[in-house]
Amino acid sequence: MASYGKLTRHQSRTAYLFITPTMLLFLVFTVIPVVMALYLSFTNYDVLSRMKWVGTDNYKRLFGDVLYWTTFKNVAYYTVVFVPLNIALSLGLAMLFNFRRPGVRLFRAMSYMPTLTSAVAAATVWVWLLHPEYGLVNTMLGYVGVTGPAWLAQTETAMLSIILVTLWQTVGSNMIIYIAGLQGVPDYLYESAKLDGATAIGRFRYITWPQLRPTTFLVSTMSIIGALQLFDQAFVLTQGGPGNVTKTPVYLIYQQGFNQLQMGYASAQAFVLAIAILIFSLINMRVNKSEESVV
Amino acid sequence: MSSKSAAAIGVSAVRSPSVRASRTLWNVLFYAVAIVISAFMFLPFFWSLITSFKPDDEIFSMPIRWLPSRLTLEHYRNAFTTVPFGLYFWNSLVLAVAGVVANLFFGSLSGYAFAKLPFRLNKPLFRILLAAMMIPGIVTMIPSFYVLKHFPFVGGNDWYGAGGNGLLNTFWGIILPGASGSFAVFFMRQFFLTLPSDMMEVARIEGCREFRIFWNVYLPLTKPALATLGIFTFQAGWNSFLWPMIVLNDPNKATIQMGLQAFSFNHQTDFGPMMAGALIAVLPILVLFLLLQKYFVQGIAFSGIKG
Repeated sequence: MASYGKLTRHQSRTAYLFITPTMLLFLVFTVIPVVMALYLSFTNYDVLSRMKWVGTDNYKRLFGDVLYWTTFKNVAYYTVVFVPLNIALSLGLAMLFNFRRPGVRLFRAMSYMPTLTSAVAAATVWVWLLHPEYGLVNTMLGYVGVTGPAWLAQTETAMLSIILVTLWQTVGSNMIIYIAGLQGVPDYLYESAKLDGATAIGRFRYITWPQLRPTTFLVSTMSIIGALQLFDQAFVLTQGGPGNVTKTPVYLIYQQGFNQLQMGYASAQAFVLAIAILIFSLINMRVNKSEESVV
Repeated sequence: MSSKSAAAIGVSAVRSPSVRASRTLWNVLFYAVAIVISAFMFLPFFWSLITSFKPDDEIFSMPIRWLPSRLTLEHYRNAFTTVPFGLYFWNSLVLAVAGVVANLFFGSLSGYAFAKLPFRLNKPLFRILLAAMMIPGIVTMIPSFYVLKHFPFVGGNDWYGAGGNGLLNTFWGIILPGASGSFAVFFMRQFFLTLPSDMMEVARIEGCREFRIFWNVYLPLTKPALATLGIFTFQAGWNSFLWPMIVLNDPNKATIQMGLQAFSFNHQTDFGPMMAGALIAVLPILVLFLLLQKYFVQGIAFSGIKG
């Protein structure tokens, strides 16, 4: 018994040794920054001069900051359009490419390929595709007699273009997640539903959709968190323009913090954004929960 | 119930030719939709490739030319001579590979400890790591910058972390914050849980030391998981943009994503070289994907299952 205890103690010492590098890095680059994030938002930290405690000044300033709320409105619009479309399209693709047909693996690979690209490379290519005169998109619209807009330069279409590009880039990986989810739905559910004469729509409504709820919850949560932190695409495609309609909070925080070095103020902005992300995630959780009681 | 299903079988037997016809129709519809979707997803790749090999006058021709009359490498030469894309490529490669090596080693080391070794703080520490995965990156962005700048004893800093630039403008500033991601730990722990524990007992009886049990007995069994995690980490490192842009100021340390962004910002009408640059920036991941497709899919599917 004594030797057993000794062995366990030896093992637990080894375990602590094994996790030390991870926990140290976690402490330095996650725990300390999270604590500091709140602290910095109450200071006037600007890298160059001495840091001073300024109380709630940053937050007071933030509530009157029109540009900040504009970026919030922009990203809220983006999220409200992007997230449902993302779920609908990736689920649609998954159901389509879950059929066992020759060549389906190739189709899946084609749909997955855009997710391999970096946001910067994808945006660079799409700047060219969306070119008002020589771009492929407007040329193809021209074939069907539509005069395409100056996608990235017009206030009405700039954000839609960003939505289009990020959808192109992200539906592939969510499709894979949904295919994995679909393959976990037991076949007997569909078989007995067919015997009971359920239509295809009914089978989707009462079997597929409820069975995929955990997957949908994951996909929607991840895309909400990602969408509210939109930066790369907005930075490369439109530089926040035209007239700030595609400027996002992260973009503003980046400029405020690292171009103008108002890091205290930028920290307050980041903190409010994080709270918004939390609220959106909670709403999403409620939506997913409330649907559970319907079925 | 039984009479209903019997009737259904009878009906399908009678209507079998029309059923076959509708099945053919479904097949045609399936392939039509699938091909349109795949073409849309693939078109940007095709078009950037074509543009990057087209002579300049054909890039801006009206109506557009789907295929170039002759191929030219001019845009690639142009891209590589205007900006040091070769150097950027190398920088990104170093950063991405370092990220992979660090995450595979530290991730499997702690994943093994959390999965296979008993210690009192096992559950609580693991839960904290998991919960931290939900913290949005924007919260830690500015404070992490502060931590890097005031890292003691490096980059001209004294023990108090003042005086110099710390780890800013060094590759360590990119590598260290991501060296042991919570995702890597979680991923490896889940894999080690599927391996039996009795090999550990046997090895201990034979007098094997704990680190050798991990390194020689268990780690070789996780090769598929390591491949999946490695690809996942490589892709994330190669494609990251905002954090390297914040940390690295020296143009000679820029990554390929930063170089591509600066290039397309400064040469807004040079679409030929821009497309060449964009393709160079996605090439390594595309090659990895073609060689190791199944590991990509496994990584994504895993992140779906965890939810």
